[in-house]
Amino acid sequence: MSRRRPNILAGFGSTVWLLVVGLPLYVMLVATFQSRADYGSNGPFALPKHFTLDNYVNDFNSGFGQYFLNTVIVTLSVVAIVVLLVAPLSYAIVRSRSRVTGMVFRLFLLGLAIPSQAVIVPMFFAMSEAGLYDNLVGIILPTAAFAMPVCALILTGVMRDITPELYEAMTMDGATHRRVFFQLVLPLSKSGISTIVVFSALQAWNGFLFPLVLTQSASSKVITMGLYDFQTEHGVDMPGMLAAVVLSMLPILLVYLFARRALVQGLMGVGGK
Amino acid sequence: MTTTATAVPAASKGVQRSGRRPGRSHEGASRPGFAWAAPAAVFFGLFAIVPLILVVVLSFATWDGLSDPEFTGLDNWKKLFDDPIMIKSLWLSLLLTFLGVAVQTPLSILLGVWAAGHQRNRAVLSAIYFIPLLLSAAAVSVLWRAVLDPNFGVPAHAKWLFGDGNLFGNQSTAIGVLIFVSTWQFTPLHTLIYQGAARSVPRVLYQAAEIDGAGRYRQFFHITLPQLRNSVVTSMILMVVGGLTTFDTVLILTQGGPGTDTTISAYYMYQKAFKTFDYGTASAIGVMLVLVATVISLVMVRLTGYDKMNSTMEGM
Repeated sequence: MSRRRPNILAGFGSTVWLLVVGLPLYVMLVATFQSRADYGSNGPFALPKHFTLDNYVNDFNSGFGQYFLNTVIVTLSVVAIVVLLVAPLSYAIVRSRSRVTGMVFRLFLLGLAIPSQAVIVPMFFAMSEAGLYDNLVGIILPTAAFAMPVCALILTGVMRDITPELYEAMTMDGATHRRVFFQLVLPLSKSGISTIVVFSALQAWNGFLFPLVLTQSASSKVITMGLYDFQTEHGVDMPGMLAAVVLSMLPILLVYLFARRALVQGLMGVGGK
Repeated sequence: MTTTATAVPAASKGVQRSGRRPGRSHEGASRPGFAWAAPAAVFFGLFAIVPLILVVVLSFATWDGLSDPEFTGLDNWKKLFDDPIMIKSLWLSLLLTFLGVAVQTPLSILLGVWAAGHQRNRAVLSAIYFIPLLLSAAAVSVLWRAVLDPNFGVPAHAKWLFGDGNLFGNQSTAIGVLIFVSTWQFTPLHTLIYQGAARSVPRVLYQAAEIDGAGRYRQFFHITLPQLRNSVVTSMILMVVGGLTTFDTVLILTQGGPGTDTTISAYYMYQKAFKTFDYGTASAIGVMLVLVATVISLVMVRLTGYDKMNSTMEGM
């Protein structure tokens, strides 16, 4: 391309958007390091005069430790279920010629269009009947199910790129499906697997509706429910509440730092395909 | 997420393609059977498809959750269309969705095209822009609730901008807040879609335009925008489905208020089910939301001819 004049309008616009994204995050962070009284008198933009970590400590002591643990359990379980089920599913979708498999794939595509709210009433009763109300298992199962369609879409996309010659070569060596799956398909789909790990983890960590409707007691609360309770019960304690928000997003930000590429590419794939 | 409408044609084609791979030589490779797909199919059927069928069945029943459900035919549906709050909630849902699309689409196209450049500062900024997408709707809503709090938040310290305004206190500003917050939260996703699409526009087109002496803005309107049309449809469908089913944000930011002024259908459904224990009506609202979202998506796909443009999707 030839030399271009700097695009002033675009530069200005992107700076404005940076402020829109960044300012609330700044306000949030600054608020969490000061007392309620200081926050009230300093206003949301001033840096803290008396730096304190009390807000974080208080949050942790008032149940967020438990919520944190519950969320970790839910997230790890959802990721495990999704990967264990979607990997063989995608292998079958890409390689099987069975008409039933084709129908299964169409079923999952239909699932992309189902908003989780639509099923929340029957889900509530099914989980109550099954004795899984107010139990982490009751959140894990539907959360995993609703993360599966997108993950199947991502993973089949990646597995389609494996060339047929490789399968043929392995079959000639007398490999079973299981060996083909473990020694060819899985290693070559690493990028896709890490994308669905990150994606399903994000879904589980940030889940709101299923925990809201399917749990109740403090011992089975997840972080998003902790935030919701904080808002309804101690809504005036802004620094404490914002510290809870920061706590809720710290692990995600860490994952983002390390898995940014997988996450971004995965989401690009979701939108583009 | 994408809807069946867009996904099915493209993807079912993929299934057939892998089934009819050319050349006899590959016949030798044996293929995995349905058994490999069965566990996932059973699991998904049990926790997504069966509940979806049940919700349709329940929409024709009266049920308080305690006694047995009683089948009352179209009663719930008739009741819904006589219920002024329901009608209002549906209009509010459509209004919020429409405004959301109208604000987010141009914004994310501009940001996405801008971010598609390869300069280092753009990569860094895009990484920062992405952060809201990582936060839960609960975190986003609590954060904005605090930032916009009339007593402790920004409005109390920037009266020149907000007046003495309690933004949550009247309908138009409350709707404005909801639009703004969902824009803040979801623009990154759509930016990402456009960024990917803008990167895959063939460079030759720009080189040819440059030789013809077309400036930056003509290139944008005559090359970039037309090339993005598929992404526009994908992104808009995501916005429509997402907009119609917005729930957590409303629950935390406005609780449907003031009055019922931000009670959108998804929130009304939640109230019907878990506040007034009218599960039949709630189910009918759920079914209606799925239908509306599907119809709008299908209409968009037909109107734009998106289903006939699969070839240009390559490279996305």
